[in-house]
Amino acid sequence: MGPIAIDAQALLRSTYSILPEILVVTTALFVLFVDLVLPEENKRVLCGVSILGVALSLFAVFAMGPARISGFSGAIVHDGLGAFFEIVILSACALTLLMATGYSEWEGTHKGEFYSLLLLSTSGMMFMAKGTDLMTVFLGLETLSIPIYVLVGFHRHRMSSIEGALKYFLLGAFASGFLLYGIALIYAVAGTTKLPVLATMLYDARLAGNPLFLAGAGLLLVGLAFKVSLVPFHMWTPDAYEGAPTLVTAFMSAAVKAAAFAALIRFLLLTLPGMQPAMGKVLWILAVLTMTVGNLSALQQDNVKRMLAYSSIAHAGYVLVGMVSGDVLGGQASLFYLLVYAFMNIGAFGVVMLIAQKEDEGYDIRNFAGIGFRYPALGALLTLFLVSLGGIPPTAGFIGKFYLFSAAVKNGYIWLAVIGVLNSAVSIYYYLRLVVYMYMIPASADAPAPRPPRIAFSLALCASAAVVLVLGVLPRSVLEFAERSVLSLLM
Amino acid sequence: MTGIPAIIGSNLLTALIFLPLAGALLLIFLPKEKPGLIRNVTFLVTLAEFLLSLPVVLLFDPAVAGMQFVERIPWIPAYGISYIVGVDGISLWLLLLTTFMMPVTILSTYKAVEKNVKEFMIFMLLLEVGMVGVFLAIDLFLFYIFWELVLIPMYFLIGVWGGERRIYAAIKFFLYTFAGSVLMLVAIIALYFYQHQATGIYSFDLLGMYELNIPVKLQFWMFAAFFLAFAFKVPMFPFHTWLPDAHVEAPTSGSVILAAVLLKMGTYGFLRFAMPLFPVAAVDLAPVVGTLAVIGIVYGALVSMVQKDIKKLVAYSSVSHLGFVMLGLFAMNLQGIEGGILQMVNHGISTGALFLIVGIIYERRHTRLIEEFGGLSKVLPLFAVCFMIVTLSSIGLPGMNGFVGEFLILLGSFKATRVLTVIAATGVILAAVYMLWMFQRVMFGKVTNEKNRRLPDMNARELAYMLPLLVLIFWIGVYPQTFLRKMDASVSAFVTRIEAKRQAALADQPAGETLLARYFDVGK
Repeated sequence: MGPIAIDAQALLRSTYSILPEILVVTTALFVLFVDLVLPEENKRVLCGVSILGVALSLFAVFAMGPARISGFSGAIVHDGLGAFFEIVILSACALTLLMATGYSEWEGTHKGEFYSLLLLSTSGMMFMAKGTDLMTVFLGLETLSIPIYVLVGFHRHRMSSIEGALKYFLLGAFASGFLLYGIALIYAVAGTTKLPVLATMLYDARLAGNPLFLAGAGLLLVGLAFKVSLVPFHMWTPDAYEGAPTLVTAFMSAAVKAAAFAALIRFLLLTLPGMQPAMGKVLWILAVLTMTVGNLSALQQDNVKRMLAYSSIAHAGYVLVGMVSGDVLGGQASLFYLLVYAFMNIGAFGVVMLIAQKEDEGYDIRNFAGIGFRYPALGALLTLFLVSLGGIPPTAGFIGKFYLFSAAVKNGYIWLAVIGVLNSAVSIYYYLRLVVYMYMIPASADAPAPRPPRIAFSLALCASAAVVLVLGVLPRSVLEFAERSVLSLLM
Repeated sequence: MTGIPAIIGSNLLTALIFLPLAGALLLIFLPKEKPGLIRNVTFLVTLAEFLLSLPVVLLFDPAVAGMQFVERIPWIPAYGISYIVGVDGISLWLLLLTTFMMPVTILSTYKAVEKNVKEFMIFMLLLEVGMVGVFLAIDLFLFYIFWELVLIPMYFLIGVWGGERRIYAAIKFFLYTFAGSVLMLVAIIALYFYQHQATGIYSFDLLGMYELNIPVKLQFWMFAAFFLAFAFKVPMFPFHTWLPDAHVEAPTSGSVILAAVLLKMGTYGFLRFAMPLFPVAAVDLAPVVGTLAVIGIVYGALVSMVQKDIKKLVAYSSVSHLGFVMLGLFAMNLQGIEGGILQMVNHGISTGALFLIVGIIYERRHTRLIEEFGGLSKVLPLFAVCFMIVTLSSIGLPGMNGFVGEFLILLGSFKATRVLTVIAATGVILAAVYMLWMFQRVMFGKVTNEKNRRLPDMNARELAYMLPLLVLIFWIGVYPQTFLRKMDASVSAFVTRIEAKRQAALADQPAGETLLARYFDVGK
């Protein structure tokens, strides 16, 4: 091999392809550095700087548009799918940061590390969403996971926080191992880890039906299934979600899930047709198990945070329904749902955070009694988010589920759709239970008032509510964007 | 339509759907501390809504069978979802029933609802958006949205302003009706893709779907899914168990709207969707539906008879009355269906009025137990007259609305199935028994309970909302032609089309095959 020629243009192009990531990483490092010199009382600035960085990055994504920019010899590609997920992830991050104003002061997460870890994890997610090489996906996964392990254990004086972090870390490490082993097997068979090449090899039947490849894909699936908490790989979820600072829980449930699904969707949309029918059956079973176990477990929870944790498992199942068929409609429905889910779930966690006040016992459902009429705005917002999570019109959650189940029916998976809609009927029970407490059970006399939200916090809640309502009535443009994103991958 | 009617008519239905929404938004900005103002504004909004619905009747062309005042706006065009609304002879009177019952109901809450008036009124107006939307939507997607939209306000009305076991009743109401309707959603989606497969068009337009020739086996399953959604809503025996709980626990106004309008959404659903879309399955399963309807008639009447609580008695009588409606609809002929539609309106008026009557004595005595009363006719003469008229109308005395409806239904169903009709007719007698017996125990005899001796009679406000109902009771009873005339064209077209579509769908099926062979391949 001769000396490596540095192609300046290619380098520039590659750098451009990861511009949004660069912005986020730079902000993270900047925050980490400024944190050293900033006096304690001015730490709030860090939050503002982080928000600015995320906003810039989001702006870059929009400026770059959905055009395809391939970089680093095809290891990373900025395309419609990548852009879509970057928007989801960055929005989730922005909402989380907006809510951190206030929350961090109450809960003592007002530290420079908190913000830089959040941003670093976000950058990992973005790489994952854009990775067209399995190695990039793996690197992205690790970059996102390690800061999240720390964030889950951020309340180092709370037993449940540490327990959650440890559980998540141990199981997460196993998951990474599975993922890597899967990639190794795929490389052993195909001699490449690049997704487009793999797709071509499956297409011209060089790989189709190869048992070793299927095993590799299966292990890869297991690794990602851990991260999106599909049943039976969900065991860590309730504990980690309950233990983590609520803000981190909100972020994890929306952003980590979106990132892992981004990788899964990219992988499955390209390779699923070559792995049918075996893989389709596996996904079918996973989807049904995840929806059903998630919802049935959520029914029994008296702790609102834990209930939302189980509900987030169930929602991963709904998203997977769109993937079973592996067609455009399904992919698009999954994309749309993940976007909507980010807003409605972070919104729900946001209101819950204000009402609960204290970690652990503050989230007991009885603390929510009487909130609805005493604090009409909070009550109305939480009801809206819950109604949307339950998939009742005219909210975005309904439109999302409608398209997911449409995709299933279109491809002949009628039973999957039936199980899905029955599941959403079950889920209504526990979402409404919270509404019952808020509106129909009077507050106890000594019930403390919810925390007054700061302006930025209110802004995050209102933005989430606006998205849930607007996409519930006028989903057209986002649906079409999702469709273009999926098509951009398949072309 | 040309000229002025066209101009008025061009956006009339949209205005009808969204006027209450605008009213609800307005209420948000009114001060909570002024319940009187909030009540009056709500009343004016619902009254304006009623007045706005009158042009629909006046401009409605009775000679046209199809949809009128149609508005089409693309909504999510890539998937063929549109905002399409329209009204025909089937939905016209249900629309009017809704807009008419709303101001009446709002007026009845002035004293009854004291806490959280603002929220209460907002939910009432949102409920009206959903109800009007259900009767006007002719795009399946749009219809489903309105259909579900109704659940949330009603859930709150029962759960917040209801009686002792209100939470149980509210959740039961929501879960039963929601679980019933999600399968309909799957069927709607399946229908959408079937249409695409058959014609290459992606659309939820109901009128387009009417033209499809759906294979009989598919019809069976889709009919089953739609049936479940509507049967829960009607409610038909044995899907009725949520109804007594919801009715008893709901506040008076909630019961009135529930009985008068919400239950009609189920029967209307059969007429608008389940029957014309799946005619083969509908005709084949008509005996099953008819049998369930007749069981509902007799069972509802018998259970009513033993009730101690007046409200529960009225609730079970609804099961019985709606059995009649279903029997009429599934007779699948002109008289049966027209009778069914008219009886929907009648039941809305009479049972709505009965719930209002129960509300009036409940406000005075805070009990609804029959044994607590007796001899009220001497204490409350005005009330006694109103109650008597409403009772007789509910029984179906000639000259009043109930008679016309039930007579037409029995006439229609006699042509279709004699045995069921004969059994159903006993329901009329049973109705007279439980209603009159209740009336006698409450109103006649001596005043046995001291508390009943000095009750105030109906006041002006109560008379104001009761009188329009009484007028309608006699109007429909004496001259039903006003109402039937506008249905004729639509209903006869409906009957003809169902039969034609059925013949077309059965053309490929072997003659004389059994239903088991047709739907389950048994014995083939």
